[in-house]
Amino acid sequence: MTASKGSGDVVRTLIANEPSLPDDNPHAFGGLQRLCRAAVRVLPAWGVGVNVMSDGGEPTTVASSGAVSAEIQELQFTLGEGPCLDAFALRRPVLTPDLALEARSRWLDYAPAAGDRGVRAVFAFPLQMGAARLGVMDVYRDEVGPLSPESLTQAFSFADAAMDCLLDAAPGPGEDPGSGEDSGAPGLDDALESHYELYQAQGMVMIQLKVGLDEAMSRLRAYAYAYERRLGDVAGDIVSRRMTFETEES
Amino acid sequence: MTTIQVERLAEVFVDVADTLVEEFDLIEFLHMLTSRTADLIAARAAGLLLADTRGRLQLMAASDERAEMLELFQVQAAEGPCQDCYRQGAPVVNVDLTEAAQRWPKFAPRAVAAGYRSVHAFPLRLRNDVIGALNMFGTELGPMEPSSVKIVQALADVATIGIMQERAIHRGGVLTEQLQAALNSRIVIEQAKGALAQIHSCNTDTAFEMLRDYSRRNHRRLGEVAQAVTTDPASVADLTSRRDRARE
Repeated sequence: MTASKGSGDVVRTLIANEPSLPDDNPHAFGGLQRLCRAAVRVLPAWGVGVNVMSDGGEPTTVASSGAVSAEIQELQFTLGEGPCLDAFALRRPVLTPDLALEARSRWLDYAPAAGDRGVRAVFAFPLQMGAARLGVMDVYRDEVGPLSPESLTQAFSFADAAMDCLLDAAPGPGEDPGSGEDSGAPGLDDALESHYELYQAQGMVMIQLKVGLDEAMSRLRAYAYAYERRLGDVAGDIVSRRMTFETEES
Repeated sequence: MTTIQVERLAEVFVDVADTLVEEFDLIEFLHMLTSRTADLIAARAAGLLLADTRGRLQLMAASDERAEMLELFQVQAAEGPCQDCYRQGAPVVNVDLTEAAQRWPKFAPRAVAAGYRSVHAFPLRLRNDVIGALNMFGTELGPMEPSSVKIVQALADVATIGIMQERAIHRGGVLTEQLQAALNSRIVIEQAKGALAQIHSCNTDTAFEMLRDYSRRNHRRLGEVAQAVTTDPASVADLTSRRDRARE
């Protein structure tokens, strides 16, 4: 398990070192496109894509790379079924090492359609933090077979990094969307030391600022970054009520 | 800790069977199992932890959810009897915490400072995998008898069955999927605790009790109510509206 402890750092370095391309979205989701390219190189993946989804909203593909075209990514939305949609709805990863096997029981339309386009395995990772759901990261293979334990751990680290990107991209009141570049805000794995306090603080800030869960987390991270404090310490201050976030009216 | 009484053990199994058959909420189930197991062996506190993708043990349910206890369980994410038993896949029993400072330099002194003297940890096993640990704390140093060790391990195995919604693991990845679902559902509880603590100006332990009481009274799953608190508070207005304190 020692190798996996460094996985988050390794992945973030890989993403940071991935060069930008001229066609990259210059604003919110440029970082996600670099993430997808880095993931395709490092994972045994044919393609990687990130979709933004929300309760009741239209899913949107915001980044993809490798052989996975926007068409393959959007297939699930067009057909209304697939591992990505299931992962979001079920709030857990959906790991399908053999897509053809599922053609008869799940995804009667999606499985053959994706298979026709060369997809043999799909691994969908919801980008979520408790009740806060932002989207899904999909990893595609053109060969049947599971991800190895090491690759799976790395895939989870990429999903965490994608979550970071999406949280950074969420604009605060009156702000422009972030560039999706690594804003320097503390990665969520920095808070491993005080997990439960961080989530409690998230719930408290949500009520204090009258915003959604994801924005509450973005604000906590932005504060920690701005004041050069550990995210876990900021969470501790919130939970013990040494500190409160206030809306402009209060 | 005392010898397990057969009648009390029978009661626990009846409760477990009832819960597994009825509307099933994982966190509530693990909470019940953890509390009942603690009662059964007269342990002062018990907790059940699951390993995340980084191999760190995260608390899923505890018989005592006060912040001090949560912290003690959290120290075990990286070091302690649970970590040892998770890595070895075997129970760690009858450890005297006052003599364990070298073995667990961060955990042992804190446990002793919190008033505990003994600790046991049982692996949550599924075939060749260990997915977490069940942890018991005592204030005295009575040894746990071999027959009791077997029974608590059996209860830990029952917890594992509850976590795994599908018993036939023919498809690779099912274990990971279920574990991630379980870990995520606990996070929802923590977020809801924070929200309720803020709304009602109470501490998070009280918030947790409010959540559980509301779920039981309204026959709704704990996880579902927690989600509603954070994403659709109007649907659980009785729980999420600030009450007029003068009326209470």
